[in-house]
Amino acid sequence: MSARLLIGLGLSGLFVTAGLVSLLWTPHDVANLNIAAKFAPASAEYLLGTDHFGRDILSMIMVGARTSIAVALLAVGIGMLGGVPLGLLAAAARGSLLDDVVMRFNDMVFAFPALLIAIMITAIVGPSAVNAIVAIGIFNIPVFARLVRAGALPLWTLDFVLSARVSGKGAARISVQHILPNLTNLLIVQGTIQFSLGILAEAGLSFVGLGAQPPTASWGRMMAESQTMISFAPHLALIPGLAILLTVLGLNLTGDGLRDALDPKSRSGSQQGSGRAEL
Amino acid sequence: MQGPIAATVITFFTAATTVAAQAQRTDAIIGLQLEPPHLDPTSAAAGAIDQVLYANVFEGLTRFGPDGSVQPGLAASWTISDDGLSYTFQLREGVTFHDGTAFEASDVVFSLDRARAEDSTNAQKALFAGIEDVEALDDTSVRIDLATPQGNFLFNLAWGDAVMVARESIEDIKNQPIGTGAFRFEQWRRGDQISLSRNADYWGEATSLEAATFKFISEPTAAYAAMLAGDIDAFYSYPAPENLAQFERDPRFTVLSGNTEGETILAINNQQSPFDDIRVRKAVSHAIDRQAIIDGAMFGYGTPIGSHFAPHNPDYVDLTANAAFDPALARELLAQAGYREGFSTTLKLPPPSYARRGGEIIAAQLREVGIEAEISFLEWAQWLEQVFRGYDYGLTIVSHTEPMDINIYARPDYYFQYDNPDFQALIETLAVESDPAARSALLAQAQTTIAEDFVNGYLFQLALTSVVDAKLQGIWKDAPTQAVDLTGVRWAD
Repeated sequence: MSARLLIGLGLSGLFVTAGLVSLLWTPHDVANLNIAAKFAPASAEYLLGTDHFGRDILSMIMVGARTSIAVALLAVGIGMLGGVPLGLLAAAARGSLLDDVVMRFNDMVFAFPALLIAIMITAIVGPSAVNAIVAIGIFNIPVFARLVRAGALPLWTLDFVLSARVSGKGAARISVQHILPNLTNLLIVQGTIQFSLGILAEAGLSFVGLGAQPPTASWGRMMAESQTMISFAPHLALIPGLAILLTVLGLNLTGDGLRDALDPKSRSGSQQGSGRAEL
Repeated sequence: MQGPIAATVITFFTAATTVAAQAQRTDAIIGLQLEPPHLDPTSAAAGAIDQVLYANVFEGLTRFGPDGSVQPGLAASWTISDDGLSYTFQLREGVTFHDGTAFEASDVVFSLDRARAEDSTNAQKALFAGIEDVEALDDTSVRIDLATPQGNFLFNLAWGDAVMVARESIEDIKNQPIGTGAFRFEQWRRGDQISLSRNADYWGEATSLEAATFKFISEPTAAYAAMLAGDIDAFYSYPAPENLAQFERDPRFTVLSGNTEGETILAINNQQSPFDDIRVRKAVSHAIDRQAIIDGAMFGYGTPIGSHFAPHNPDYVDLTANAAFDPALARELLAQAGYREGFSTTLKLPPPSYARRGGEIIAAQLREVGIEAEISFLEWAQWLEQVFRGYDYGLTIVSHTEPMDINIYARPDYYFQYDNPDFQALIETLAVESDPAARSALLAQAQTTIAEDFVNGYLFQLALTSVVDAKLQGIWKDAPTQAVDLTGVRWAD
């Protein structure tokens, strides 16, 4: 296991654990405000100090980790559920009109910035974490569709697929039984990277007020709320910023490490394009 | 060779800046948070219009002074008939509008007739509701007849909604406001700034400032940066109270902390279940810790209130004890009303920080007694549509900045939908009462009635905190009305 993968797993594992623990326990209740204790410095009671409402920053970071991870995970789930079948379909129908229609539709979704769609969704149904999930999820669909189609195309020309076809299996069964299992590594690597991008996107949406609503803590909103206090309480913005940075770094390292570990072709050390797409 | 040249250059620049610093500045750049939607104070409720134009560009027959007193404006004097039904105003002579046309009695008739007309879009038509007739006696005197005596009439005429406009320039008033004030309108760069210049033909004392610019900065962070960088000379009603301590420590700035007419309330939808039950509203009021809201949302700036009335008003009655912070009592009241397990409602919050932060604190306090208030952040346009006009809300927080606006509780279709015929009768009596002692008693009764009906949660009187360059003098400390009167503003030597 490479050092990169170890560091990556360690960093992301830390925040995933923090998020999971927050489901059962946090040092303080983040929904409880204690105005009298606002801007408390770091102490034994408040390990990272308190914010402008007297909430424990460590607890906020833990709950924020849960929010970010839940939103990003579900968004990647939506992307895979939507994108993988589309990619398989396009690859099975390669060169046909169907392939063109599916892939051009993907291009169209790619053309819209996620933020714009998130604002549109908010305008219609109001801001919430669910809307953030949907907005980020939609933009993961074309990423996975492209990835799967590109990965599947060369597989279709291989002998084992040919023999499956000769034995009378339909395109759908071949896609599921023979093509998809061979794409698992690709999906794991891309999934990790989309996961990190999802966390960034969630932070961005929360920052502009379109993500999870209070009292649910979220890293992006913690940063937005502490903007005007940066002159006298910079840690209010720095701590959640650092949390985002470390989580995203950890997930990217994990993704790269996993690719090296799982993909024999890149193990030689050649740095090919990681195939990540901007959200 | 490089040394001497550099030295010369430095000397040159030092000399240049010294000269610039010595010259008396004659312009001022004022920061405001909200930009007006248009520039006609007589056809919209937006306070930003009055902030820019009241007393600067437009004047009324009477006007508010810095302390909220009613002073003569374009009317130099007036007489009131013994029955209180007829006011005769003597207008100032030699007053002209900025387009050069004379201000005459016919303009008063035009302005008031336009404001009270059937199809008028004036936001405060109630101010003119009692006017029976407006008649020009000659060029400089006007008689206004009222249907019934009005204790408040001179006060009503001082509002920004009652300023004098001219028939000749009314067509384009929304873009090109023509008034009689000490400043004339120069230019409006939408989304950025409005500039004014000194009116050389002003009837009164000429202003010290030759030019003034209102710059619109809605982001608190941008306001903070602009103030520190010296891009603006004063930020009127500075939006981020958390930064004030820092400005106070800085000798370059003065922080003005004064009163506004802004009663900040937790408005309750009185017709929506379960808030139609007075016990539930009472429980909400007792669940709120006002001091925590003032400290947490406003960083200590603000005065607790117990009713919809400004504490600096002489007729104020302190009713804060009526809804003292008492979560145990709140829980008991909820249990009596049949909500032992609590209930869920919505808390819709407009953009200002008093609402956003105050809302988070109130939601936490309500949760303590079992009320789950689901927070949603709205932009002003959404708030007006959903809450103010659509009544689609359970709770909301807003500051009512109009002066003496307790009469809104007599309007059953106002957004909190309080319908109490006794209170409506009380306000009707008040409207025609002109004896000061009797008015005072009626106002006390009005304050008590709405407090004891727990119509809304009364939080605090919004403080007006402005950050001003230490050398700029004359910015109003208090806000008796929505106005940034620049006529008395000057740079200290």
